[in-house]
Amino acid sequence: MSDTSPMAVPATGLAQSAISARGLVKTFSKLRAVDGIDLDVPRGMIFAILGPNGAGKTTLMRMLATLSRPDAGSATVMGHDLVQAPHEVRAAIAMTGQFASLDEDLTGRENLVLLARLWGFRGRAAKARADDLLAAFGLSEAATKQVRDYSGGMRRRLDIAASLIVTPGVLFLDEPTTGLDPNARKDVWGMIRGLAEAGVTILLTTQYLEEADQLAARIAVIDHGRKIAEGTSRELKAATGSGFLHVALADVARLDQAATILERRLEHPVQRSAEGAELSVLAGTAKAANEALADLVAAGIELSDFSMGQPSLEEVFFALTGQPSLGESRKDAKP
Amino acid sequence: MIDTTSLQRLQRVARPRTPSALSNALVFGWRAVLKFKHVPEQLFDLVMTPIMFTLLFTYVFGGALAGSPGEYLQFFLPGILVQTVVFNAVYSGMGLSTDLGKGLFDRFRSLPIWSLSPFAGLMVGDILRHLIAASIILAIGLILGYRPEAGILGVLAAFAMLIAIGFGMGWVFIVLGLLIRTPTTVMTLGFTFLFPLVFASNIMVDPGTMPDWLRAFVEVNPVSLMTTALRGLMAGGATLSQVGLALIAPVALTAILAPTTLWLYLRR
Repeated sequence: MSDTSPMAVPATGLAQSAISARGLVKTFSKLRAVDGIDLDVPRGMIFAILGPNGAGKTTLMRMLATLSRPDAGSATVMGHDLVQAPHEVRAAIAMTGQFASLDEDLTGRENLVLLARLWGFRGRAAKARADDLLAAFGLSEAATKQVRDYSGGMRRRLDIAASLIVTPGVLFLDEPTTGLDPNARKDVWGMIRGLAEAGVTILLTTQYLEEADQLAARIAVIDHGRKIAEGTSRELKAATGSGFLHVALADVARLDQAATILERRLEHPVQRSAEGAELSVLAGTAKAANEALADLVAAGIELSDFSMGQPSLEEVFFALTGQPSLGESRKDAKP
Repeated sequence: MIDTTSLQRLQRVARPRTPSALSNALVFGWRAVLKFKHVPEQLFDLVMTPIMFTLLFTYVFGGALAGSPGEYLQFFLPGILVQTVVFNAVYSGMGLSTDLGKGLFDRFRSLPIWSLSPFAGLMVGDILRHLIAASIILAIGLILGYRPEAGILGVLAAFAMLIAIGFGMGWVFIVLGLLIRTPTTVMTLGFTFLFPLVFASNIMVDPGTMPDWLRAFVEVNPVSLMTTALRGLMAGGATLSQVGLALIAPVALTAILAPTTLWLYLRR
């Protein structure tokens, strides 16, 4: 492997786009899953696509990874046209899908050797690459175990390792931490940061605001197949406001009255939680929140709980779209 | 557990020289071989039914059907080899359906490799499976007293024919595996389609005693044509036309279904 250099050297041409998409559309029978999305991701950046289930995140990513043909629009990935030169795009990317793309019957090492051989490493070089990756991802001890015996976190790590046989220009990660416990999630976050520091451009989808917040330099928020906002985490939060007051009532029957009081005092629309017993509203400052709470108490409304904090994904959506709810089917989109 | 320094120490690796399509296919074939190692039970599934059939038909029905179990075995064994290969194809369709459900093929499809190589590899695995299963059945036949009159060359020719049959049938189940998401449905559908073909054939009995309408079907049933050719090859005296007729179905299936497979796969 004489043509290798340490991974820590960043890719050249940071200013160039890793991904540049214009008007991408994908339609499934009548549903426009992706409805005209533009995207520009500079090289070496961690870029998050944030949205609820069914927003079109996975469909968008599958198009960019050449797994699905766009019905309209165009895109280049690492300078190669998605439709005209899919083979060149594939040579420059790697994708770790939402469901482990591993062979459960084979061992961790065999999975990596298989992929290394498909990339063109021969015999000993394929095994050496597999062992390097296993070591880097803390899987050396489990190397000869069948993947079916791996934990969720180990699978995820192996799956990401499988995307690094040849260092990709762009790494696509579709909901990399969905279904992982908090420790495994932190592990994957550390791994993603490590790769970005090594110069890999990373496009990830997530339904967790916190994840996008922790990792990504830029975030695109999509819903119903459209991009509804894009910016840094700070910009998005500024648009939403970070001082959200959440209150829970002891008596659900007084919800309407409480909503009216909060709305009058804070002059922002009040959002009801899916279950209906909680209210959320942008308060701006702690002082304003305090006054609003005092109003509730003065009206004799008993609170079972209240808190000030970051907006939830639902609240970001609320602020961005003005839609009161993400709809019944998307209750699970909350972190 | 993960330390980022070890990730950064990981060499940035450029792509080696592009491997050939054949090399890609062989790697997928290697995957099939690894499956034998890790899931040896699958071979058990493949050979148990034909072994039971051989014993049952030879000793229970054989005397009544052909005068003696020994004579019947001589008639039946080439047919059971055809049945084994035809049924085996169902399992690779199930395997494919399982793989597709897990996102494994998304990984393969996002690699810069020959698009059809996963299927070519599947075929390599199938052929190995057919050879192993057929060898086991033949070995049991030999122990029970079966004698291939055409000798080793006849047996080799018969095995080459079995590979061609398995290759042709394989496409049917690859297409089903691509179309159907649940592996058990692939199996049910496969057997629903295969049972009439296998039983309404000349594998178990000479069609001479069947009613005319059934005999008319049995005589043109591709499974019968395959069985006739295989009997001829193993006993000696196979004609060129018998071999040609037996190969019509595998060749036609490959010609129609290989492009269909590619189209379905790329369309997904």
